[in-house]
Amino acid sequence: MIPDTRQATMSAKIVIAGGFGVGKTTFVGSVSEIMPLTTEAVMTSASAGVDDLSAVPDKTTTTVAMDFGRVSLDSDLILYLFGTPGQNRFWFMWDDLTQGAIGAVVLIDTRRLADSFGAIDYFESRNVPFVVAHNVFDDNRYTAEQIREALALRAEVPVITCDARDRESTKTTLIELVEHVLALVSARAQ
Amino acid sequence: MSNDPLPLVRPYALTGGRTKPKRDYPLEALVKTDVDPEQGGFRSPEESAIAELCTESRSVAEVAALIKLPLGVVRVLISDLADRGVVQVHTLTNDDADSRPDAALLERVLSGLRNL
Ligand SMILES: Nc1nc2c(ncn2[C@@H]2O[C@H](COP(=O)(O)OP(=O)(O)O)[C@@H](O)[C@H]2O)c(=O)[nH]1
Ligand SMILES: [Mg+2]
Repeated sequence: MIPDTRQATMSAKIVIAGGFGVGKTTFVGSVSEIMPLTTEAVMTSASAGVDDLSAVPDKTTTTVAMDFGRVSLDSDLILYLFGTPGQNRFWFMWDDLTQGAIGAVVLIDTRRLADSFGAIDYFESRNVPFVVAHNVFDDNRYTAEQIREALALRAEVPVITCDARDRESTKTTLIELVEHVLALVSARAQ
Repeated sequence: MSNDPLPLVRPYALTGGRTKPKRDYPLEALVKTDVDPEQGGFRSPEESAIAELCTESRSVAEVAALIKLPLGVVRVLISDLADRGVVQVHTLTNDDADSRPDAALLERVLSGLRNL
């Protein structure tokens, strides 16, 4: 049963990243209690500032869409899952997405591993904790160690497999991420 | 149908041309209406729609998605409503780029996920 969160005052956010078509929207949708919603931010080419339209309308504006889902965890607590925008040129949105986030799940497809490099670079450089989740599709030939090596991941970054279409698998992936972040937080506190 | 982006003059007219709210509410910040939305006093139909929508807690991102306005516009409108005491905005993190939820919240998220 979904908790009654009408009076909720606490929320948290997890970012779901990865290349176009890797399964981000599928992942969000399989665990969200609502159909994934889409929110839009606007960027102008002149300033590249979010929503900075001070001299419209002749500047070129670009709308960046992000989809997200919602998971009510308790009557006072809601978790939001945000998919990153498909195109990597929209890095300006990522600061907004990762601000205050628990961490990120980087979905990878081993047929197109390079599609995840940008996300991994971004999270490493901003110290956003993340796990790498191999969304298996039909290609399960690679071990976690091979993937870790190919992506040059630090030893502590968990590499797991998942099926973005499967709610249990998606839940397990999120649990792995939060456990990983908790371990980092406790290690830092010592 | 054209793929050209709309000029989006109208949404910014709603905010009096302002593009920056006083606070940069996170996407997941929860907005909750604190007054009876029937009592009115709204400066636009969009303000009224937000107050109506947030009689149940909803995130900034949900508000933007449901009333179909860009995030930047919605942040300005929510900030105005919060200044006038119409809504409260709840957020657990601050504006620092490396602000993260604390261990207590992580534990609650974890047990929530396990109980799903
Ligand atoms: N076979 C298979 N198909 C998947 C899986 N995850 C996603 N898909 C499909 O791949 C396509 C792209 O997924 P989508 O979630 O839209 O990717 P996004 O661009 O990252 O949001 C969709 O047609 C999904 O149904 C998976 O684990 N296995
Ligand atoms: Mg998608």
